[in-house]
Amino acid sequence: MANMNLLQAINNALDIAMASNDKVICFGEDVGVFGGVFRATSHLQEKYGRDRCFNTPLVEQGIIGFANGLAAQGSVPVAEIQFADYIFPAFDQIVNEAAKFRYRSGNLFNVGGLTIRTPYGGGIAGGLYHSQSPEAYFAHTPGLKIVVPRNPHQAKGLLLASIRDPNPVLFFEPKRIYRASVGEVPEEDYELPLGQAEILQEGEDISLLAWGAQMETVEKAAAMAQKEGISCEVIDLRTIVPWDIETVTRSVMKTGRLIVSHEAPLTGGFAGEIAATIQERCFLYLESPIARVTGLDTPFPLVLEKEYMPDHLKIFEAIKQSVNF
Amino acid sequence: MDTQERTINTPDFTAGDALQIATYQVLAQDGTVIPGAVVPELDEAQALKIYRAMVFTRVLDERMLAAQRQGRLSFYLQSTGEEATTVGFAAALDDSDMIMAQYREQGALAYRGFSVEQFMNQLFGNDLDYGKGRQMPIHYGSKDLHYMTISSPLATQIPQATGYAYGQKLAGNKACTVTVFGEGAASEGDFHAALNMAAVLKVPVIFLCRNNGYAISTPSSEQFASDGVAPRAVGYGMKSIRIDGNDVLAVVKAMQKARKLAVEQNEPVLVEAMSYRLAAHSSSDDPSGYRNKAEEDKWRAKDPILRMKNWLLKQAWWDEAQEKQLYESIRPQVLEAMKRAQQRPSPPLEALITDVYDRPPAQLEAQLEALRSHLDKYPEAYPKSAGGAARG
Repeated sequence: MANMNLLQAINNALDIAMASNDKVICFGEDVGVFGGVFRATSHLQEKYGRDRCFNTPLVEQGIIGFANGLAAQGSVPVAEIQFADYIFPAFDQIVNEAAKFRYRSGNLFNVGGLTIRTPYGGGIAGGLYHSQSPEAYFAHTPGLKIVVPRNPHQAKGLLLASIRDPNPVLFFEPKRIYRASVGEVPEEDYELPLGQAEILQEGEDISLLAWGAQMETVEKAAAMAQKEGISCEVIDLRTIVPWDIETVTRSVMKTGRLIVSHEAPLTGGFAGEIAATIQERCFLYLESPIARVTGLDTPFPLVLEKEYMPDHLKIFEAIKQSVNF
Repeated sequence: MDTQERTINTPDFTAGDALQIATYQVLAQDGTVIPGAVVPELDEAQALKIYRAMVFTRVLDERMLAAQRQGRLSFYLQSTGEEATTVGFAAALDDSDMIMAQYREQGALAYRGFSVEQFMNQLFGNDLDYGKGRQMPIHYGSKDLHYMTISSPLATQIPQATGYAYGQKLAGNKACTVTVFGEGAASEGDFHAALNMAAVLKVPVIFLCRNNGYAISTPSSEQFASDGVAPRAVGYGMKSIRIDGNDVLAVVKAMQKARKLAVEQNEPVLVEAMSYRLAAHSSSDDPSGYRNKAEEDKWRAKDPILRMKNWLLKQAWWDEAQEKQLYESIRPQVLEAMKRAQQRPSPPLEALITDVYDRPPAQLEAQLEALRSHLDKYPEAYPKSAGGAARG
C-alpha cells in the first residue's frame, strides 16, 4: 500500500491502464508534457510516447468527437475535459453520439471503450464556471454510465473499471478533494464494481445517500447526529447510472428515512430521481418524506459559495427534521 | 509550424477572397477528355462497375421516392445528380478504408456491394435490418463493408473520422478514413474541430465535401461568404482541392491522390466536389418553393451519369443494348426486394432494450416485462408486435 492523494491515485490508474493495454490513449487540453492542469496525466507522455498521450487543440466537441471515432475503431480513449463546466460544447457528441452509437447501429459499431474524465464540483472559490456538477444532464440519456469516486482508493479502482467497461463512461472527479483526500491505495492493479453502492457506515434511524466530494460532508453530518443519539446509515452511491436501487431500497426499508444530498441544483437533480424510485419501492416503510439537501436553483456563486453549498450543518438539520417528523 | 515572421509597415489586409481555388475537370459533358487533362488509371472492368453502381443508385432513388409517395415508406433521401461523387470516391479507395458518410452516399455502399435486399431491410426496418428498426430510412451501416452507420445529427461524423483515422495510424494499418458531408454541414463546429485536429495530429483522413448548392432551402450563397469550402482547409494547414463533382474521372483521380497523401504521408486532405442536388433535400422537402426550374435544367444538362455514359461509349466499353439491359434488370430487382422486405416481420420486442448498454441493466429488463404484460392486455392496439408476434 502507498499513501496517495486522489490525483496521484488517478494518475496511477491511468499508468496501469496504459501499461496493461497498448490501446489505451489519453488526451485532452494540456494533457501532454504538462500533465494536465491538475497533473492527473503527469509523466504519461514520457512513459508512453506522444502518440498515446498528447495535447489536443482547445475544442471540447472535437475532443469527444475524436474520442468517439477512436473508440469505434477499437482503441480505448480516455479523454479529459479540463473542467466539467466546459463539457457542454461536447454535449451533442456525448448524448447523441457516444450514448447511442451501439443502439442505433444494432451493435455493428460501438464506442464502449470510451471514458471521459472531468473534474467537477464546488468549494474551490471557482464561481459560476469552475464549480458545476452536471451529472444529471447526462443521467437522462440512456447509454452512458456515470461514475463519481469519493477518495483515492475508490478513484483508482473505479477508474480502472470504467476504462475497461464495455460502455462509454463519464468519470466525474471531485476536484475540491483532489489533493485534500489522502489515503492508502494498493499499488497493484484492481477494479471496483460499477453500479454498486457502498455502505460506509451502518445505522438504524436514517439513510444518508450522496456521492463524490459530498460523502465527506455527509459523514460529518452523521457524526454530529451520532452525538444527538441518531444512528445514520451512510451510503456512497458511487455510480449514478446505472444506480444501485437494491442497496438503497434495503437500507431505507431498514431505517424508514432517506436524505439524498448533492451539490447540483435541486430542480431536475438526480436526488429527485432517487426519491421517486425509493418512494415507489418503500412507500409503506417510510416514516417521513424523503428529503433532498442540495445546491440552490441558481448558478453557482462565488463570494457566497459557503452559503450555497449543501454543507454538514444543512444536512444535520435535515436529519433532525426527518427523525422528528 | 511557426507563424510567419515577415512584417509589413502599412496596414494591408488580406481579402477574404484572396485564395480562389480552381476546379479540376477531366471530362466534357459529351464524354471527351479535355485536352491535356490528367486522367486516372481506370480499367474497363472497374469503369463498368462504377457506372453500374451509379445507375443502380439512380434507379433505386427513383423507385424508393415513388414508394414513399405511395405511402409504403415513411421517408427517403435521393442522391440524384451527385452519383459521380458518391460512387467515384468509393472507387478510389481500398475496400478496408473506413467510410463515415452523411446520408446521401448510398452510391458508395452500392459500389462496395451492399445488396438490394440489405438496402430494403434498412429502409423498411424489418427483422433483418442491421440497425434493428431503430433509425429512420436511409440510415445504413455495414461492418463488413467498412461503412459506419449513419447518424442524423449533422457533421458529428467529421471529428469522429479524425479519431477513427488516428486509431488506424496507431494500429499501423495502411488505410485511411473518408468522411463525407455537405457544404451546409461544413458550417457546424464539428467541421472546424475535425480539420484542425486532423492537421495538428497528422491523421490519415480525407474530408470529402459535397458542395451541392443547397442545405435544404438555404443556398450556398447564404451558407458562407468565402470561396466555397476548399480554402478553409488551407487555413488549417492542410492540402485542399476543388473538383468537378459531376465528372467521375476527376473524382476518381483526385481521390486516388488524396488517399496516397493520407495513407503514405499521414496527411489529411480536403476534397470539395462541386455538384448540384437535382432532387429535393428529402421526401419531405419541395424545392419549387426556393429555386427555379431553369436553374435545375442547367444542372440537368450536366448529368454525371450521362457524362460517364458518353465517355464509356467513346471508349467502346458500352453500348445502347447494354444500357437498356442494365435498366431493365435493376428495376425488377428493386421492386421484388421491396416486396420481400415489406413482408418480413418487425424486429423482436427485445430490440427495444438491447444495445443500449452491452447488456440490458435490471431496470430495463423490468421495464420490458411491464411492457409485455401491457401488450398482452391490448394486443390489437399494437400491430407491430401484435401482442406477442414480434417477440422472437
